[in-house]
Amino acid sequence: MQIHKYDTVIVGAGGAGMRAAIESTKRSRTAVLTKLYPTRSHTGAAQGGMAAALANVEEDNWEWHTFDTIKGGDYLVDQDAAEILAKEAIDSVLDLEKMGLPFNRTPQGRIDQRRFGGHSRNHGEAPVRRSCYAADRTGHMILQTLYQNCVKEGVEFFNEFYVLDLLLSEVDGQRRTAGVVAYELATGEIHVFRAKAVVFASGGNGKFFKVTSNAHTLTGDGQAAAFRRGLPLEDMEFFQFHPTGIWKMGILLTEGARGEGGILRNKDGERFMEKYAPVMKDLASRDVVSRAIYTEIREGRGCGADKDHVYLDLTHLPPEQLDAKLPDITEFARTYLGIEPYTDPVPIQPTAHYAMGGIPTNVEGEVLAGNTDPVPGLYAAGEVACVSVHGANRLGTNSLLDINVFGRRAGIAAAEYAATADLVELPEEPSKFVEDEIENLRDATGNERVVEIRKALQETMDRNVMVFRTEQTLKEAVEEIGQLRKRYRNISVQDKGKRFNTDLLEALELGNLLDLAEVTAVSALARKESRGGHYREDFPTRDDVNFMRHTMAYREVGDDGTESIRLDYKPVVQTRYQPMERKY
Amino acid sequence: MGTATLEKNDSAGPVDSAENSATHLITVVLRIRRFNPEVAEESSWQDFTLKIDAKERVLDALHQIKWEQDGTLTFRRSCAHGICGSDAMRINGRNRLACKTLLKDINPEKPITVEPIKGLAVLKDLVVDMEPFFQAYRDVMPFLVTSGNEPTRERLQSAADRERFDDTTKCILCAACTSSCPVFWNDGQYFGPAAIVGAHRFIFDSRDEAGEQRLEILNDRDGVWRCRTTFNCTDACPRGIEVTKAIQEVKRALITRRF
Ligand SMILES: Cc1cc2nc3c(=O)[nH]c(=O)nc-3n(C[C@H](O)[C@H](O)[C@H](O)COP(=O)(O)OP(=O)(O)OC[C@H]3O[C@@H](n4cnc5c(N)ncnc54)[C@H](O)[C@@H]3O)c2cc1C
Ligand code: SF4
Ligand code: FES
Repeated sequence: MQIHKYDTVIVGAGGAGMRAAIESTKRSRTAVLTKLYPTRSHTGAAQGGMAAALANVEEDNWEWHTFDTIKGGDYLVDQDAAEILAKEAIDSVLDLEKMGLPFNRTPQGRIDQRRFGGHSRNHGEAPVRRSCYAADRTGHMILQTLYQNCVKEGVEFFNEFYVLDLLLSEVDGQRRTAGVVAYELATGEIHVFRAKAVVFASGGNGKFFKVTSNAHTLTGDGQAAAFRRGLPLEDMEFFQFHPTGIWKMGILLTEGARGEGGILRNKDGERFMEKYAPVMKDLASRDVVSRAIYTEIREGRGCGADKDHVYLDLTHLPPEQLDAKLPDITEFARTYLGIEPYTDPVPIQPTAHYAMGGIPTNVEGEVLAGNTDPVPGLYAAGEVACVSVHGANRLGTNSLLDINVFGRRAGIAAAEYAATADLVELPEEPSKFVEDEIENLRDATGNERVVEIRKALQETMDRNVMVFRTEQTLKEAVEEIGQLRKRYRNISVQDKGKRFNTDLLEALELGNLLDLAEVTAVSALARKESRGGHYREDFPTRDDVNFMRHTMAYREVGDDGTESIRLDYKPVVQTRYQPMERKY
Repeated sequence: MGTATLEKNDSAGPVDSAENSATHLITVVLRIRRFNPEVAEESSWQDFTLKIDAKERVLDALHQIKWEQDGTLTFRRSCAHGICGSDAMRINGRNRLACKTLLKDINPEKPITVEPIKGLAVLKDLVVDMEPFFQAYRDVMPFLVTSGNEPTRERLQSAADRERFDDTTKCILCAACTSSCPVFWNDGQYFGPAAIVGAHRFIFDSRDEAGEQRLEILNDRDGVWRCRTTFNCTDACPRGIEVTKAIQEVKRALITRRF
């Protein structure tokens, strides 16, 4: 076991982690631990754009953006945080441009902007062009630009280091951050990183669904580590299903396709969104469009032999426009479906996309141990975190924004904290938990296989915790996940080696997914209302009297070692916007 | 050995390309170059036979082997749709991304060979040491350099100036190009195509002011002049970047000092 000492340790090198690293490296001795090479992070898959009311192509302002964000999140958004997001958006896009990001340009040479779902002028009057973009490769450009600037700033990376545990120590009756424990993929060695401040920026957890736009590696390791250490997870029942994933595969086709004029059609060729959202039509917010698609499918108007998908129709758009604005997604259709989008509609279905919930933080990025008290020295930003700027449903282009605004804030706050704080003593046997887990897995001879449990988990999540939920489906999910967790104790891995043992890591990742799936299903079962991405057929309306509050889920361990999930609630911060009915 | 047999699982529905939801399982053989110094000093070939839909990716086949036959089979992957650059490998003798290569497109009737990319040290199975590759990239100053006061708003750039370097902004640092380059195989010091692509992206960006410095770096004996224009890199690039053309443009800029 090796022990390292840093001022600030950042876990994750996606957009949020690298944006934080650029700030914290300037201010403190920083290490970035990442399970993937930085440029492999899933931020690179983001396509459509990053929202900011630059008003480069039409009138716009950050107040409209704030309102859209709050309405899009079905009023579960903390309004103070949304205001910061929308205000700081402008500088955060300009900062990226100055760092070199090659945005598409207007004829005047300014950053070009396009339409995106849920973004409107003057509080819902009409769609507005607010998304700053680089073709359909905006995330790729952000990831590359941030990596390039990390090279420039000399950020220190530990690549292919898997963080498996968070170390907290009691100091004067208060839990404080002591560091993290990481597993080095190349050697199988365990490393303890002592740090004054730790920033979790380890991304989402969409891999507990089967049809998903998320990478194989998005397994919620950060959320799971915090949860195991007794920290709460906020609003985990809110997961976004993006309307347009490639049928069966889940690969994303950006909402920018509809922003450019693409239309959703059912088997009769009908533009069905006109029925569900007369003003915003195909550009209504994602939860609305995903439900509309499934309603069409359920009512027999789906396409194909099994009537299990609908079409994204781009055929009326000029090929030059597709080549210039949507080159990657049109190529995905050609590569993976053998379909030419110039002439043929593309079969799509909703795909599990984005975790609105996560590790609760305040607007400085400090992680909360309860409804209000931060854990000294612990920060989180990006998809792993819940600030909450996305509430019950995130607007498209607001996450690339979130990772930049709150990644930067967390990086600065962590480094500033580290400048004045001392290293906290390590807890006793700091690496014991991780060493035991790994030893147990290596030595295990059980007859359960990772692949089967993961498959069963993904199937139950797709069947029971997707776009439409009921008490019955959620109970079934909780029950099945419970069974799978039992079976998980009996798994074994085939690779017993130390070198690049990805077999072992997949098993650990599955453990994290199981924990988080359970929190998600339990939180969803308790929320007897429909709001944003969480839709209960048995409670189809929003219930502000009982549920205008954030879910806070805690892991409890009884004296006999039995684990359970305790749910608590936290009020939503409201400033100037009163909840209204959400219409598009 | 290796003749693909067709098994139609589902007879419903008309057979029309992508709309056909029926699964056609075929039997394929993946012949994989295995190496694990914990087990043996030498690498060796191993055949795996599996039933899989020909519309699936080579990556899906590798996963199926790892998950159902041999958990020790090791390779890198993340996004599974050609965006993250993790899974460049030599498939039937050509560098490709396993996640962007469908079985049906590479003649699944014969055994499909899968090897690590060449020119970088193999660490285990299909995993190679990427450090020298990333170091070459970092050495070309792959970041925007400007002087003077920062403008309050964005720097202006015409759509045409932006278009000038569009092709090279697409690079995902997968190393398919560099590891298909015979010059790189023979001389690991050569910067290699990917690093030159990275330099090109900034040299031809109208906002950048360090073009001269980057050109000096590439003027080195291990720089662009070693390129023998074999076009392997362009053929290998999964992002469709005209890599050889980018290298030629950098060479020309070195001679004319105009960019
Ligand atoms: C296909 C797709 C398209 C999208 N398009 C858009 C869009 O157009 N606009 C928009 O605003 N949003 C979009 N999103 C959402 C947005 O891209 C993501 O929410 C955001 O990029 C997440 O960034 P992140 O930095 O939090 O995480 P990631 O980029 O996922 O990075 C996570 C990092 O954590 C590291 N990590 C994970 N676990 C560990 C561990 N145990 N130890 C060490 N390191 C670890 C990984 O190596 C990685 O570096 C899209 C998402 C997807 C999937
Ligand atoms: S130029 Fe193409 S082949 Fe080379 S590293 Fe970049 S994306 Fe890969
Ligand atoms: S897995 Fe990401 S490029 Fe293939």
